Amino acid sequence: MSATEAVFRVFRGGREGGEMREYRVPVSPGMVVLDAVHWIQAHGAPDLAVRWNCKAAKCGSCSAEVNGKPRLMCKSRLDSLPLDRPVVVRPMKTFPVIKDLVTDVSWNFEAAKRIPPFTPRPGVEWKYDQADADRVQEFRKCIECFLCQNVCHVLREHDKKGAFVGPAMLVRAAGYELHPLDGLTRTGFLREQGGIGLCNITKCCTEVCPESIRITDNAIIPLKERVVDDFYDPLRWLWRKVTGKG
Amino acid sequence: MSERFETHPSDVLVIGAGGAGLRAAIEASAKGARTALVCKSLLGKAHTVMAEGGIAAALAHVDAQDSWQTHFRDTMRGGGMLNHWRMAQLHAQEAPDRVRELEQWGAVFDRTRDGRILQRPFGGHTYRRLAHVGDRTGLEMIRTLQDKGVHQGIDVYMECTVTHLLRDGDRVVGAFGYWRESGRFVVFPAKAVVLATGGIGKAWSVTSNSWEYTADGHALAYRAGAELIDMEFVQFHPTGMVWPPGVRGILVTEAVRAEGGILRNSKGERFMWRYLPEEKRPDFSKDEAQAKEWLADHIAGRSPDFKKRPPELSTRDNVARAIYTENREGRGSPHGGVFLDVSYLPAEHVVKKLPSMYHQFKDLADVDITKEPMEVGPTCHYAMGGVRVDPDSGKSTVPGLFAAGEVSGGMHGANRLGGNSLSDLLVFGRRAGLGAAEAAGKAPAPKIDADATAAAERELLAFFANTGEDPYAIHHDLQEAMQALVGIFRTQEDLEKSVGKLEELRARASRARVTGSRLYNPGWHLAFDLRNMIDAAEMVARAALERQESRGAHSRLDFPKADPAFGKVNISIRRRDGGMEVVRTALPAMPEEMRKLFEEKK
Repeated sequence: MSATEAVFRVFRGGREGGEMREYRVPVSPGMVVLDAVHWIQAHGAPDLAVRWNCKAAKCGSCSAEVNGKPRLMCKSRLDSLPLDRPVVVRPMKTFPVIKDLVTDVSWNFEAAKRIPPFTPRPGVEWKYDQADADRVQEFRKCIECFLCQNVCHVLREHDKKGAFVGPAMLVRAAGYELHPLDGLTRTGFLREQGGIGLCNITKCCTEVCPESIRITDNAIIPLKERVVDDFYDPLRWLWRKVTGKG
Repeated sequence: MSERFETHPSDVLVIGAGGAGLRAAIEASAKGARTALVCKSLLGKAHTVMAEGGIAAALAHVDAQDSWQTHFRDTMRGGGMLNHWRMAQLHAQEAPDRVRELEQWGAVFDRTRDGRILQRPFGGHTYRRLAHVGDRTGLEMIRTLQDKGVHQGIDVYMECTVTHLLRDGDRVVGAFGYWRESGRFVVFPAKAVVLATGGIGKAWSVTSNSWEYTADGHALAYRAGAELIDMEFVQFHPTGMVWPPGVRGILVTEAVRAEGGILRNSKGERFMWRYLPEEKRPDFSKDEAQAKEWLADHIAGRSPDFKKRPPELSTRDNVARAIYTENREGRGSPHGGVFLDVSYLPAEHVVKKLPSMYHQFKDLADVDITKEPMEVGPTCHYAMGGVRVDPDSGKSTVPGLFAAGEVSGGMHGANRLGGNSLSDLLVFGRRAGLGAAEAAGKAPAPKIDADATAAAERELLAFFANTGEDPYAIHHDLQEAMQALVGIFRTQEDLEKSVGKLEELRARASRARVTGSRLYNPGWHLAFDLRNMIDAAEMVARAALERQESRGAHSRLDFPKADPAFGKVNISIRRRDGGMEVVRTALPAMPEEMRKLFEEKK
């Protein structure tokens, strides 16, 4: 890495609007955007608002848009960005700004509450194969960074938060629905409150997932298939209801 | 009731939404108590998500010989026999049920070949004991508890910081704090309060802990007059990242060593054999060949001979000292650590068992751990010390106040075994929730003192009128001082110096200047957090001065041996007449039938 200093343009403001402000930050090896934001806080902008916790891509708190690309700031290495021009850091667009880089993501928590939770089949024996665990564990890697919600055009461009729970919540639902010992059918929820039909599989969500969850292929499409089966193929619905098998 | 402030009454108020807080809230609410859960971050982001390796519980799924008695013995021995025996007993007995319960609430653990919960080896545990999900067990646990809690109807107050406990006489009757978002103040009257605020690691510069770990609960309890014990014992996890600078301190899970990771110095020596304590040598492999045999059995799913465990699975205190010493004696890696190597293992095994380590090193350090060794060194990780609690109920020495998880003391003694934290959170989170719900049922309606809330408000707003330094600069100096003076190896001289330094820092912190508005203002938040960290740092330094011996995580260069007299006491701290009182209190006596467990297995 050659640059010794980088220029950052960071959104400063709140609900009423704001401005992009410029900061010069010394660059050190391996530095990430979140390091730069912390440096800015400690050197002249102590009230710069940012969410973060683990700084290791495990908690999903520091989501933002870096040079227009939604990503975790703790995983955005400066040596992967062109430093001959300013690094632009903005809050996620899909959620209302609270202040600076912090957005109001409470809608996601409300949406999560509505998903019918994991409900084991009564009297089940708590045994299943690793292969079955693998399938569900992919969804349970979700760190709730909401970057997929942020890029989903149904939410981002069309703001259909009332009609569609978004990819992150479909991943969550898939985690329950495909659990080998789950005994509940969520297809009614998915079709109605979940609004799964609104997803037209553009895969933008999959592209931004920092956990590399194949959201569209492994979560959304299988759920869509279950919805189709249940609402248009009553025999298969009955079969699954009786056997608990997908 | 204080109408000037937004007010949310509850029967049980839980402060902190990591594993212990969530488990406490779930239990209190299940007992019919109206339960409020307050957390500084968004729900599900608590430091528990950073726990990687697993939950220790004697399920005996992979090593049939395991039992709660062995888990109890391992825990006590790992803790330098300073643990509260009753906590270690309850923990060992109840952990398996807590893990099974988590599974029934939806946690998806890795499986054995016959479809049960898989268990992995870990430092200080005789048998393979840790239920796990790759290396992201904490995330699985917190997500499961979060789901359970939310669907059970707990009132969750996110991004809200508690700054003061409110009292009616001696009794704790609620809490005062602010919304991080708006900076507005809020009062939580409650019949019982559970502290589940986690640790104190943000007072050190090299730490695995997140910004939340500012000793809030330790300081709140102290100011409320509660007794704290074992504060001298701060765990430095042996393996944190050391390079590049921005990631220094980030945790590298012990599971790396459990899955075959070998520690080597710059001369290529596998140095851990040299550091095994004499009395523990029989419990480990004698040479490379035996260690290799053990690993081959483990990977193949056979039950390995525990007396052939690799030396890297020694307890954390011991491994951290070894790495530190290798560096001091000039055999460290280029960036002040040592090498941790899994590259000789099949790449699929590494990626399957350590997926987040694989990505962490690849993304943040340009190291492919399937091809080259990692560089690692000690990082401040965990406070063994905390609020003294009644083992069965989590009750502190102050009426109405309970504690569970890292903020409590006693369970882990002088050194915590890896994997015993997640199980601690579940076992004692549940018990504190039960204890608090029961106490709330008998408690009178809380009376909030308007003078106290007004004083709390004044104290928090005073920062805006200050003209001193920026809080970030003070925090930086605190971290440097604790790192240099109250680290892995300690001396009287350094510790005394640290006490003086902390006095200075306390004065600077009281003058810290805050700019900007009350809206989501991290500078303001830090200004107050500094007080908590400085209080806890002083407790650590003073307790460390008092304990003139070396035991567990507390190593005194001027008193390098364990002293049997100190093996019989806890160092207790409490606030008295505005000052910090440090006294030795007798360790609770272990009953005969528990003591026998150690004699049989000498």
